[in-house]
Amino acid sequence: MKAVKGQWVQILAEVLSPSNRAENIPEDTKKVPYVMRVKGYLEDSEASIGDAVTIKTVIGRRLDGELIQIEPSYTHDFGSHVPELSDAGQMISALYRSLKEEGHSDG
Amino acid sequence: MDKSYRAVMSRKNEIMKSSVGIDYSEFERDGIVFDYEELMTKTAPDISEVAEIQKEAGVGCTPLVELKNISRLVRSHAKKGHGAHIFVKDEAASLSGSFKDRRASLSMYVAKDRGFDGVIAATSGNYGAAVASQAARRGLKCIVLQETFDSRGMGQPEILEKGRACESYGAEVIQLSVGPELFYYLLRLLEETGFFNASLYTPYGIAGVETLGTEIVNQCREQLGRDPDHVVVTHAGGGNLTGTSRGLKKAGADKCKIIAASVELTGLHMASDTDFNKKSFTTGHTGFGVPFAVAPDRSDVPRNAARPLRYMDKYVLVTQGEVFFATEILARLEGMQRGPAGNTSLAAAIALARELPEDEVMVVQETEYTGAGKAPSAQLTFAKNQGIEVMRGDPRKLDSPGERIVIPQDFSQFSYKEIPMNRLRTSYLKRLLTEGKESFTDQEMQFLSEELHTDSWTIKRIIEEESRNG
Repeated sequence: MKAVKGQWVQILAEVLSPSNRAENIPEDTKKVPYVMRVKGYLEDSEASIGDAVTIKTVIGRRLDGELIQIEPSYTHDFGSHVPELSDAGQMISALYRSLKEEGHSDG
Repeated sequence: MDKSYRAVMSRKNEIMKSSVGIDYSEFERDGIVFDYEELMTKTAPDISEVAEIQKEAGVGCTPLVELKNISRLVRSHAKKGHGAHIFVKDEAASLSGSFKDRRASLSMYVAKDRGFDGVIAATSGNYGAAVASQAARRGLKCIVLQETFDSRGMGQPEILEKGRACESYGAEVIQLSVGPELFYYLLRLLEETGFFNASLYTPYGIAGVETLGTEIVNQCREQLGRDPDHVVVTHAGGGNLTGTSRGLKKAGADKCKIIAASVELTGLHMASDTDFNKKSFTTGHTGFGVPFAVAPDRSDVPRNAARPLRYMDKYVLVTQGEVFFATEILARLEGMQRGPAGNTSLAAAIALARELPEDEVMVVQETEYTGAGKAPSAQLTFAKNQGIEVMRGDPRKLDSPGERIVIPQDFSQFSYKEIPMNRLRTSYLKRLLTEGKESFTDQEMQFLSEELHTDSWTIKRIIEEESRNG
């Protein structure tokens, strides 16, 4: 699939190579480059995933990087059913109902 | 211009001065001393003007809600005559869903007033959305820098959500990989764009929170006819605690105790690429709470206006599992779906209130919006996918940050671990001693007793002990 000029895309660009990173950072972090991902409108007439491209961001800045997504979507969600959490919730609801039944004063 | 890490960092002071519009050197005094009150009063508007600016910006005046059912449950688990009344300041009702609107509203007012074309904020928290929202209202361009991904490109769900929120307000979001170089890139962008630095730690960022403190006092007086006895604050960078405490004092609630609460994440390195996605909390945790308390000036401005040790009376830690449980309880018993990070102080309040007399009032001073990525089910599912065990049990015995999240087996298992205030004071002083400071003038001792919220006798004793040990 190709992206065309003006299409909403996401790029990846290196900010610092591993050797140019800050000192005093953990070894695992120092091994990898410092990178950024930014979304914007494609400036090139057309491009494929992996191409070096230019984008214009929502506030009009031009940035260069590797095209990694065309029309990126939000994929974060509410997660799956978590039994440990819902069991805890059920326990609390039951506990509160039992207080009511026992008729504890409202203090 | 040289854009290498070293070169940009060496231009830090000039970049800060032009992007914040404050000459911090004006407030420096002899030795380690700087005039904190003068910094606050000379640069930020006074509290009545702040309230006016916020009113116009649609910020503040959030409800103070009594958590009747939670308080009742606490009393049923306390010894006779104990179990304080818990109230919560529902800051999620603010425009972008958190108290951070208070900080952003003042910064955006200043940025607009000084004629800046745009603003930049480096934050992975709710502050990004607050800045983007307030910038939108004032017609300012906005860039938000967030530490979002590890090197595999795996994004923390909560931060992905915060990025989405910023984009919805028309901000440009730069999603970065893990590392403290976020600060370098902030400086680089400030230099390139000439935008205003909407740092969390300027006097504007702190003065904006003071209204939260005064509102709590006024609402307690109106609703209960009395001042709050305890205010519990989720503590990370220190601005929330500092601003709220200053507001409480300005409203005359001098006897109110300020309790800081953070999520215990000891053992996880904040700058580690592999530890990054082992955290189920991206703020409100010890990774920020402890360093910002003991070394406040290691922030993105020359002098941090957030100075939590000046106001803190007690510092307690709770576990990730307890905060998720408190979040579930808040929804189930009070009909409030909020957080979870902002509920750190709620988890602490449940444990603390049990030990207090039943006629006392404890205020949890914020909530935050929840949603995809943020909700406990989102974070716990993500944690499981990262190989972290999620179980029921006693968090005090089984919690292990990065390895295991323990949701309490029953309500009585809410508890806290206290970090003694003198341990924090010792860390603060130790830093000065390691930097080669050997003796302190009378003015410096006075400054230290304000900084450390204690008398000079205690400070001298700590210094003597440390000099003997070190």
